[in-house]
Amino acid sequence: MPNYNLKINGETIAVNADSDTPLLWVLRDQLNLVGTKFGCGIAQCGACTIHVDGKATRSCQLPVSMIDKEEITTIEGLSKEGKHPLQEAWKVVDVPQCGYCQAGQIMTAASFLKENPTPNSKEIREAMHGNICRCASYNRIEKAVAIAAKKMS
Amino acid sequence: MSTKEKNITFSRRNFLKTSALASGGLLVGFNLFTACKSEVKPPVDIANLNFNDFNAFIKIANNGYVTIFSPNPEIGQGVKTAMPMIIAEELDVEWNKVHVAQGKYNKKEYTRQVAGGSQSIRFGWDALRQTGATTKQMLINAAAAKWGVEAASCKASKGIITNAKGEKLGYGEVVKEAAALKVPENVKLKEPSEYTIIGQDAINVDVDKIIRGEPLFGLDYKAEGMLYASVLRPPAFGQTLESFDDSEAKKVNGVSKVIKFGDKIAVLGSNTWAAMKGKKALKAVWSSDEELESTEEHNKILTNILDGKEFEIRREDGNVKKAFKEADKVIERTYHSPFLPHNCMEPMNFYANVTPAKIHLVGPIQTPQWTAGRVAKLLERKESEIDLEMTRMGGGFGRRLYGDFALEAAEISNVAKKPIKVVYSREDDMTDGIYRPAIKYRISAALKDGKVTGYHLKEAAINGNMYDLIPNFFPAGCIPNYKVSTQNYKSKITTGAWRAPYTNFLAFAEQSFFDEIAEELEKDPVKLRLELLQNVKNTSDEKIEYSGSRMENTIKLAAEKSNWKENTAGVFKGFSAYYSHNTHVAEVAEIIVKEGMPVVTKVVVAVDCGIVINPTGAINQIQGGVLDGIGHAMYGDFSFEKGKPSHKNFNTYRLIRMNETPKVEVHFVKNELSPTGLGEPGLPPAGGAVANAIYKAFKNRMYNQPFIKELENNKEKVLS
Ligand code: FES
Ligand code: FES
Repeated sequence: MPNYNLKINGETIAVNADSDTPLLWVLRDQLNLVGTKFGCGIAQCGACTIHVDGKATRSCQLPVSMIDKEEITTIEGLSKEGKHPLQEAWKVVDVPQCGYCQAGQIMTAASFLKENPTPNSKEIREAMHGNICRCASYNRIEKAVAIAAKKMS
Repeated sequence: MSTKEKNITFSRRNFLKTSALASGGLLVGFNLFTACKSEVKPPVDIANLNFNDFNAFIKIANNGYVTIFSPNPEIGQGVKTAMPMIIAEELDVEWNKVHVAQGKYNKKEYTRQVAGGSQSIRFGWDALRQTGATTKQMLINAAAAKWGVEAASCKASKGIITNAKGEKLGYGEVVKEAAALKVPENVKLKEPSEYTIIGQDAINVDVDKIIRGEPLFGLDYKAEGMLYASVLRPPAFGQTLESFDDSEAKKVNGVSKVIKFGDKIAVLGSNTWAAMKGKKALKAVWSSDEELESTEEHNKILTNILDGKEFEIRREDGNVKKAFKEADKVIERTYHSPFLPHNCMEPMNFYANVTPAKIHLVGPIQTPQWTAGRVAKLLERKESEIDLEMTRMGGGFGRRLYGDFALEAAEISNVAKKPIKVVYSREDDMTDGIYRPAIKYRISAALKDGKVTGYHLKEAAINGNMYDLIPNFFPAGCIPNYKVSTQNYKSKITTGAWRAPYTNFLAFAEQSFFDEIAEELEKDPVKLRLELLQNVKNTSDEKIEYSGSRMENTIKLAAEKSNWKENTAGVFKGFSAYYSHNTHVAEVAEIIVKEGMPVVTKVVVAVDCGIVINPTGAINQIQGGVLDGIGHAMYGDFSFEKGKPSHKNFNTYRLIRMNETPKVEVHFVKNELSPTGLGEPGLPPAGGAVANAIYKAFKNRMYNQPFIKELENNKEKVLS
């Protein structure tokens, strides 16, 4: 099995995995970074969203061999002590129900707010539509993204 | 009267025991639902919490900090926050000094450690309050003894006991003494007006872990030496495994073992990907003795049932036959719903380590007790050998009631002699489901002199659906001649409870039907329902499950908050009201039309769930339930072709997404009645409210779910 040096959450980590292994499973099974969730495996639900050089990416469809020098950020590395404005907003609004989708939601939102720091509600709804929340906590996710955007800009 | 205002009785005596902890502090063990054996004692070591006899514990440390071990499984319905709030209220401690830990399931000694049916809060209400209040009284008694004063002259608030002289002792300072005291009887509970925690927003107790991505869920659980198992199951319901070839699977890097059990094959690997890849490389031959089932066939069968005469009568009032014979007009409509998969966001999974000494099970499960019993039976082991731990669940919706995945894990571990975790892919999860059964309802109403004089609801369901309570829900008792008849067809497709079981589709059918009745009688739909409810208000019928006056108030609140009577150009409103899981709910959906299709923009909801324990959690549940109801009514489409499910993953199976969601505005009826659950009751009325709004916009009635298909099929009619 080939070796890969991955830059994850600011650290360089050596992993040994089959080249077609999705980064999702490297993170979860090998590196114990289980905050990135498995929902569908086919880039349809957003539960596995991470950042690759700051851009929201579905880790379930990203083979480990495709990663070169890119910086990978997972929910565990999004901020120090979980204090990203989105994480704070998530608490204020009390977003989660079961909570399973929420890391992916936050990662999608974080990348989106970098591109569009002052989104209107329609833009938030469009940007977030790739992330399924089976508990349908959508009203609150929308509200929390808007609050975080305000705080950040 | 009905069950709704009755107190849940539980045996008061011996439900609570205390002991001093080895590590210092006081441990109170209590049993929420039964009296425990008189001689049992809670352990003095936290690591050995004795969940056999007590299903919940309160620990008060020497520094006054309180840990509450919450007994019920958490599937996102919020009980892990709400149940401890009730204890904290009566115990009188500050909520920010309370830490909540998930209790662990151990053995079958206690009754209701289940998440399902929106019942946790309803059943726990009295016991949780008594436990908190009794513990507080014990601490007061201990302080009074220390001071040498009468306990009655002391007060406690926010974790501090005060005597008449104004001297103070913290709870932590008297825990040692309190542990040695007799448990007092007949303590006084607070009046709702005295509440400081109940009725205030408390954020989800796991929120920090959730937003930081810390391990919480079953899929996150790991153990030393654990292998991952991916299971190949028959692709069609009704098939059995004839033969298989695992030579390619065994070549996959990381695959260590292939195990056949029953008609299934498990591939074990050192990581999830290896196991999943190995499974894909299996070659299996399947066979079936009988013809495999298809939805088309089911539809014919269910229609034949409705057209036939073989029914079981669930309720019959008055003389229905006569009412229909003498009617001025009879309306009859048929409604159809497809199967539905649960699609919990976290796919099914379970950890098992079966060893000669014991069986360790860990994972997301709504029914720990039942599942442990089944595992014991399957492996012919004693239940006392089973240690089952519950994790937080990435959704339940009924699917995790059926520990089939836990049984698989146990069986595989038993053969492999290794700790293993079964992990479903989304495809496994969607195609090896325990589905909401497909159902058809045929409802007819007899109308005479501007009134509904007769009503007959017939149900034809796959594997059966209606259960005994439902025939006594609204509109039972409102119509003098009323009948409910059911029949089912036994299918090989596995079906079971799906969020708001029994009523998730029934409410849509009936509430749409009422809209048609209102139109026929030229009455406002809200007014029609309020008029009907007058007939049930003073009923002496013990079987009637809902309250006419609570339903009336709920409907009025929804009408008021939604400005029901006001019309805005281009906005179409639909009304629906339903009682389920002991909670009364009324909803008004607003839609607009965009590119010839309906867009739901807003839903106003009124809820009577008695006292609202945690408003933020309660609103979250109702919002989720309403959106879930709308999403599945609009898009949920699932069928079978020769035993095979029509969808496998989210690329073709459509779930509601953020850009399709309306704002859900929630209002609670204010009263001081015992609280009831909220995980489910928001869902049933939603489909009907949307269907009735669609009718206003398109003059097109929805008889089949999903609506999107119904609208598509009627497009020409709609657009003309
Ligand atoms: S798991 Fe990657 S998008 Fe669903
Ligand atoms: S909170 Fe349960 S899936 Fe989003």
